[in-house]
Amino acid sequence: MGRGSPEPARLRWPPLDRHATARLAVTGSMTLRPPMSAATGAGLIVENLILRLPPGADRPLALDGVSLHVDPGEVLCLVGESGSGKSLLAAAVLRLLPPGVTVAGGRVALGGTNLLSLPERDMRRIRGARVAMVFQDPSTALNPLHRVGDQVAEPFRTHTDLSRAAVQTRVLDLLAQVGLPDPAGAAAAYPHQLSGGQRQRVAIATALALEPDVLIADEPTTALDVTTQAQVLALMRDLQRRRGMALLFVTHDFGVVAEIADRVAVLQRGVLVEHGPAQQVLNHPAHPYTRALIAAVPPLAPAAPRPVSSEAILVAEGLTKTYRAGRFSRRAPVQALDRVSVTLPRGGTLGVVGESGSGKSTLARVLLRLLPPDAGTVRLDGADLLHLPRREAAQRIGMVFQDPYASLNPRRRVGDLVAQGPMLHGMARGPAFALARDLLAQVALDPAAADRFPHEFSGGQRQRIALARALALQPAVLVADEPVSALDVSVQAQVLALLAELRTRLGLSVVFVTHDLRVAGRICDRVAVMCRGVVVEEGTTEQVFLRPQHEYTQALLAAVPGRGWTPPQTPVAPAPT
Amino acid sequence: MRLLRSWPAAIGLVLAVLVLLMALSAGWLFPRDPLGLAGRPLQWPGDNPRFWLGTDNSGRDIAAQIFHGARVSLLIGATATAIALLIGTAIGALAGYYGGWVDDALMRVTEAFQTLPNFLLLLVLVAVFGSDIRTVTLAIGLVSWPASARLTRAEFLTLREREFVAGCRTLGMGDAAIILREILPNALPPLIVYAGVVMAGAILLESALAFLGLSDPNIASWGNLIGRGRGVLRTQWYVSAIPGGAILLTVLAVSLLGQGINDALNPRLRQR
Amino acid sequence: MPYTGARSPSRPHRPAPPVTLALLALRRLALSLPTLALILIGLFLLLQLAPGDTVDALLASMGGGDPAQAARLRTFYGLDATVPVQLGRYLWRLVRLDLGQSAIYGKPVLDVILERLPATLLLMLSSLGLAVAGGMALGVLAARRVDGWPDTVISLLGLLFYATPSFWLGLMGIVVFAVKLAWLPAGGLQEVGTEQGGLAGVLDVARHLLLPTATLSLIFMAIYLRVMRASMLEVLGLDFVRAARAKGVTEGRVLVRHVLRNALLPVVTLIGLQGATLLGGSVVVESVFSLPGLGRLAYESVVQRDLNMLLGIVFASTLLVITVNLLVDLAYARLDPRISS
Repeated sequence: MGRGSPEPARLRWPPLDRHATARLAVTGSMTLRPPMSAATGAGLIVENLILRLPPGADRPLALDGVSLHVDPGEVLCLVGESGSGKSLLAAAVLRLLPPGVTVAGGRVALGGTNLLSLPERDMRRIRGARVAMVFQDPSTALNPLHRVGDQVAEPFRTHTDLSRAAVQTRVLDLLAQVGLPDPAGAAAAYPHQLSGGQRQRVAIATALALEPDVLIADEPTTALDVTTQAQVLALMRDLQRRRGMALLFVTHDFGVVAEIADRVAVLQRGVLVEHGPAQQVLNHPAHPYTRALIAAVPPLAPAAPRPVSSEAILVAEGLTKTYRAGRFSRRAPVQALDRVSVTLPRGGTLGVVGESGSGKSTLARVLLRLLPPDAGTVRLDGADLLHLPRREAAQRIGMVFQDPYASLNPRRRVGDLVAQGPMLHGMARGPAFALARDLLAQVALDPAAADRFPHEFSGGQRQRIALARALALQPAVLVADEPVSALDVSVQAQVLALLAELRTRLGLSVVFVTHDLRVAGRICDRVAVMCRGVVVEEGTTEQVFLRPQHEYTQALLAAVPGRGWTPPQTPVAPAPT
Repeated sequence: MRLLRSWPAAIGLVLAVLVLLMALSAGWLFPRDPLGLAGRPLQWPGDNPRFWLGTDNSGRDIAAQIFHGARVSLLIGATATAIALLIGTAIGALAGYYGGWVDDALMRVTEAFQTLPNFLLLLVLVAVFGSDIRTVTLAIGLVSWPASARLTRAEFLTLREREFVAGCRTLGMGDAAIILREILPNALPPLIVYAGVVMAGAILLESALAFLGLSDPNIASWGNLIGRGRGVLRTQWYVSAIPGGAILLTVLAVSLLGQGINDALNPRLRQR
Repeated sequence: MPYTGARSPSRPHRPAPPVTLALLALRRLALSLPTLALILIGLFLLLQLAPGDTVDALLASMGGGDPAQAARLRTFYGLDATVPVQLGRYLWRLVRLDLGQSAIYGKPVLDVILERLPATLLLMLSSLGLAVAGGMALGVLAARRVDGWPDTVISLLGLLFYATPSFWLGLMGIVVFAVKLAWLPAGGLQEVGTEQGGLAGVLDVARHLLLPTATLSLIFMAIYLRVMRASMLEVLGLDFVRAARAKGVTEGRVLVRHVLRNALLPVVTLIGLQGATLLGGSVVVESVFSLPGLGRLAYESVVQRDLNMLLGIVFASTLLVITVNLLVDLAYARLDPRISS
């Protein structure tokens, strides 16, 4: 410990040694170690871990005999879809399982010590000091009532007896290391005064405070914007390399895996189905599940261009929308749309891509007449869309939204929901229901689903129902706002395939809003890139992806994780879930 | 029934059934006017087999008053709750859905009702309009609506932003249809649970009013009896104790039932 | 102030500097004025519908009088003018804090109210203090041992107290403690006849207030208990608590440093909302225990139809509740740094 002292490779550590940290206090500020060889700290070994779920869960075991290991200095990405048990595994290492979930077998070894059999006192001394964790949602992982500096200082106060001044120095040092430009200001601020990316950096700083041997990151970049995600990923990898830590990185995003993993482990419903070096698993996956997952990841490349009409069906011009704050609020007004103009070719799909705050969702709502714009016009097939009578507009433009759990009224049956539109427009109940059943079949659902309630269906199925509902009035234009963002990647691929099929069969023109460039590349013919309410670039998908003109577009494309990797494509099995 | 899975709800149900039975059988078990003089005053419970619970200072049968009082309490409680919920839901729905100046104006009114202590307002209403049982019930309803208005407004504010509402608007649905057929059924469960709280409060308000002698003196209210028993508190304290126990059990029943309904509805919500 | 990330000299950010708190207070007051106006105007108009007015009450207490006398009195009190004029005069008098004359006491309403205010304030403050302290402690205890027997017992007791009518609880309290056990006095604020000063006087008042405070506070304690317990359980499930545990913080410190302050927020809000109910509850409790406070005064005004007094009490109570709400809002702003930015 301490700079420059010729430290031999570390031997087995007992639970944290207070003398060692006292020495730390004496030797001065905790600056970076010189680049070390891999064998510096301890590694994490999970052997045959079995986790039991409480009765009533969808399966009895969360994890069924999972074994993996993370060596010092390497990054292991643990990949799986929702419900695979990957987050529970991360929690199990620190013994922070939710109530009801119990360890039924196996061991978790940190440099020889079995963490599962330690008494709670000793386990607490390991948490934060030798094994640290970074959580998914930075906005809830920090206590909103405490200053940032106090929270970063907490591991020091818990595990060491350094003086306040010494702790303060280290805190500022850490905040500088994670790339916050004004460490003193950040330390004195409250979490709500920082952005999402900055909060996650704070969380990383806290985790690294006592130089743990193992860092567990549970989807740390999922809640961040693409560009922020790229920065945080780079930061984590950099810090991990320099300190020689073992990093267990839990994620569902194969792009992220391609970006930082040394080795990969794939989890399917509690069973480890594949693990190996990243290059091998990503490019030559062995297990069929892994192959299906990877095949479902759209490559960051434009799809083959298809013939699209040159005439426009929807033309938006000069759309402007400013959100004014309330009478007593001190917030500045937000310019959500600033003279936005887009064109949707007949039969084509226009992708509107951007990060959060770019205004893409506002644009979708304006097009759907859910928000009146301050200025601008929208012409659909020549007609002034914004001033049409409500019923007429409803017959021309339909919507599909992001959240499959909130977009269907939980108290109505599916048949009611799909038939609602036509019935509102005068169709009798009988024919409307017949139409509903027909539409459900078109979206590859059993027509008998019409008698069931939304909560009986999975996320992917609900999005299909939403699609059926939107198509019931036979609109010419469909506006989809992040329709697949809340879905698992395999389900995502199926819904996208369905959408592609429907648009060809029904001659739909689609406005597709998304933040995910891979998805945009797969399904869109034209792409408009938005940043802070302005369309910075618009063109065919091929033009925008391969020859981006604007620097924001270039930055956006450069930030997509795993952009250098092309997922090996095998045909996707058509079974809808 | 899922309701009975939690034992508090089961107890609540048992108590509620008990009180309901008391109310229903009052006319049959005690056919004469409960406020009519029945026997010697101030007999202890158990002294005279004719009067299970003794007699009060005027010689009226306490058991008869308890049974008839159950009818009064449940009736007043239910009616006042219905009035309060009707007003509160309407105001809350309009405020929550439309927002803007409608919300501001309605919330000012709600706040005015909430800033003024509701018992004081009740006193004023009784002072102005009299103590007739219909007036009292209406007054209690008028005093109890603000909380349900806020609850409804909060629900509407959340639900209004939900995507299924946006979907309905895109389909061309009008405001009234959206409020009544889409949002309201989703906003009802917490309201139904809250009805239990309102009813408990209504029963307590009426009995407090009766205790002070400001409610209808011609009905066999439990509060009236407690008020009358105050004069003989030092010696014949049972005159006040027994009806108070009845109030306690009734309010307990209503609260437990409400909680039980809440718990029964929640697992389904969690499943979603 | 937002964290811009720009290089700035280390200037610590304070959560809510006094200037911001004062501004918050002013803003809150400004928002309450329309409410106050609404209440007063509404009540004044309501009282116009009352059959009989102050003059009738006065004549009744004097043993009756003839119509001519009534008409003269009405002119004297200004009750013969039209309603809008009366309303205008009334509001103007209120602004000058002239609450009129009490028909019963023959003194200015303001004086009577100020005489009775201390007793009510004392009762309210002590009940509130006991209810909050007890409710918080029990709520924390119940949440820590969720579903264990302490939790069940506490929740049950809470439910029982919530369902008990306050006046009945008071009466039973009198029966047990004042009649049977003779430990505490049955009513009044001080021993009749003796004018004890100093410490003995304070103790005497305290003895007299014990039962009323306990009675009034038990109901509210039940409410705060339930809310505190629910709030604790909710906060215990939040991410930052898990993050704190992941840092190796001991369970006790997690509770005190992380959970408690966050869990307090809804309870503080609730105190503000319950201010009016507490005042209303004091009407009944003061009547049961014969305390010389505002609540009992309100009751007497209703019975004796002293409408001036009633209006005055309403005015005073509204001001009281607005003050309580203001203090609560300020306390909340102190606790939660998200409010002031």
